[in-house]
Amino acid sequence: MSPRTRRILFYFGAAGLVTILAWGVLGLPAYGQYQGPYGDLVSYAAVQSRHATDVVSAVNFDIRAIDTLGEEFILFTSVMGVVLLLRKRVEPKDVDEAAADVATGREKEPPSNAVRLLCLGLVGVSVLFGLYIVTHGQLTPGGGFQGGVVLATVPLLVYLAADVRVLHQIAPRKLVDAGEALAAGAFIGLGLVAVALQEPFLTNFLPLGTTGRIDSSGTIMAISIVTGIEVGGAFVVLLSSFLAETLERIPEEHRGEP
Amino acid sequence: MTSNDAISATLRIAVLLLVAVGATGVVCTREPLSQAVTLSFYGLLLTTMFFVFQAPDVALSQIVVGAVVSPLMILLTLSRIRRGKARETNPSQPERS
Repeated sequence: MSPRTRRILFYFGAAGLVTILAWGVLGLPAYGQYQGPYGDLVSYAAVQSRHATDVVSAVNFDIRAIDTLGEEFILFTSVMGVVLLLRKRVEPKDVDEAAADVATGREKEPPSNAVRLLCLGLVGVSVLFGLYIVTHGQLTPGGGFQGGVVLATVPLLVYLAADVRVLHQIAPRKLVDAGEALAAGAFIGLGLVAVALQEPFLTNFLPLGTTGRIDSSGTIMAISIVTGIEVGGAFVVLLSSFLAETLERIPEEHRGEP
Repeated sequence: MTSNDAISATLRIAVLLLVAVGATGVVCTREPLSQAVTLSFYGLLLTTMFFVFQAPDVALSQIVVGAVVSPLMILLTLSRIRRGKARETNPSQPERS
């Protein structure tokens, strides 16, 4: 296909897309003019029957918790895929030794004082903010996923401020792996407890408490916390696999010369 | 009330235009290393957009995933590829990136 024909074909496609998109956009209700019944119902149900003031969290972790379970396992499986693809060809004998190996494997300039100060200053703030977002999902915008990704930036800040050895010290790979897997399982576990109580899977079985308090909304907060651990762990595993790939010392037998 | 509406409408239009310009900028950046930087900036623009459109929880995920994690994964991948290339062209110094 010549560039000319390709361009003409593109113009046809683009014109079609613009027409259909404009048609669709013109048919939308005006900004802020919501018409469907579901949003109103769910806004009412979240506060009245679930005692959660953040309707998004009530939908994610209670009313449509099964969808969130699926999404969480999409993340879990993709990270597992990354780990499988980037697995080490030579298995290190000892984690500390491997970390030392990695640290000498690249001539990394020590970070400047400005970078170190900024990153260290952000570590405490990020931990606090991440924990706040994870535990207050039922009250204010946020929840397990958002808090989890915020918490996952903490080891990254530590890596930027120090080196990969410190990263492995504060987030040992085995601990993160185990935590991630256990938290993913705990989501299903919470669903199965409801089944054991002769309720449908993932029914909110805990006491709902007083609306607006941190201990309100039953299982929403519990699921939010396990999701936070799973998501945070998944992102740490993802990033440390990528980091290991960059810093990994080339095994002896793969080198160009002895 | 009307002036507030006008301000928020202007803000929404402005942020949508910025996102459109930013996305075009990312597409027009052909060099992968520079593209990682423009992508990160575009992630920040999307965060602002979600915030202006009253989706703070989406904004929170976006600021980490869009502005930090995906550009970082691209950077780490580029670094790995370059080290591999450096090793091919200069096998006597395998560790230099």
